[in-house]
Amino acid sequence: MAFVNLKKKQIQVKIVYYGPGRGGKTTNLEYIYSRFSERIKTEMVTIKTHGDRTLFFDFLPFDIGKIKGYDVKIQLYTVPGQVKYNATRRLVLRGVDGIVFVADSMAVRKEKNILSLKNLEENLSAYKKKLNQVPLVLQYNKRDLAEQGIPLLSHETLEQSLNADLKAAAFDASALTGKNVVATMKKIIALTMVSLEKQLS
Amino acid sequence: MQYTLGQTQLDNIEDVLQADIMDLGVTCVVLIDMSGNIIANLDTGDIQHDIYSLAALAAGNFGAVSAMAKIIGEEEFSLLFHKGTKENIHFSKVMDDFLLVTIFGKGVSLGFLRMKVSEAIAKIEKTLKE
Repeated sequence: MAFVNLKKKQIQVKIVYYGPGRGGKTTNLEYIYSRFSERIKTEMVTIKTHGDRTLFFDFLPFDIGKIKGYDVKIQLYTVPGQVKYNATRRLVLRGVDGIVFVADSMAVRKEKNILSLKNLEENLSAYKKKLNQVPLVLQYNKRDLAEQGIPLLSHETLEQSLNADLKAAAFDASALTGKNVVATMKKIIALTMVSLEKQLS
Repeated sequence: MQYTLGQTQLDNIEDVLQADIMDLGVTCVVLIDMSGNIIANLDTGDIQHDIYSLAALAAGNFGAVSAMAKIIGEEEFSLLFHKGTKENIHFSKVMDDFLLVTIFGKGVSLGFLRMKVSEAIAKIEKTLKE
């Protein structure tokens, strides 16, 4: 749950990028950081292993200005995608307000996407939350790989395997080139703010 | 977890942090929740720490250390202390959902700080329960 400071007129919102390992969650944040570096006053925090995989989480605070007189601070987090780091993933999900699920479009990763989404549902249930009650955006990442002749899952296949029940907003994207990275972020911020407004009123 | 803190509660918390902790001569004190949100923060005014990142990392760090505690059969380690050459950090849990983070230099004794932190926590808990 977001923290609303009535005294400072400030809202802190937590948005988590979730998804299978090597799917591009950190790359999403890195793109946002490079694109908006003039608005983000602090360094992006990353805790990585030697192999450049996210070990703990990445963290990027982001001021989006005022909404109804309140200063809104968006805090973007990623989780480590590898299966073995589930304890950390659950920890990062604590108090989450909105989720971006970054799916890997490569055909060989079809199962990994489904397992990761299932894992997200399980971890949310530890906080008594359901996936369909949390603001959610799906991002089908790595669309740029098609140009290199790497077999990708079609948008329809991804929709059917991940989004058939959820019916969340979904974007074809490329975190590496930046395609739809900002659109994904704008969408999740918009959905999260609407949901917070409902909870607070 | 959901909670709401009113203006009076936040004022009370800041008063306690000022009187019990800041007046000891510490550099900075931050009350956060376990999701990494900042509830209250006070500092000497001459530091430029990125406390939002600090809060996110402190909450994560505390979670990681709690997981370590469980491995060795402890429920949790309720306080943590990191020693540096110029600055040190002290973390102490406040009820189940909050964490008090204090940054202090050489001029403050750890023993005295621990005593004052526990006094402050007792007062903050009272305010949070109101």
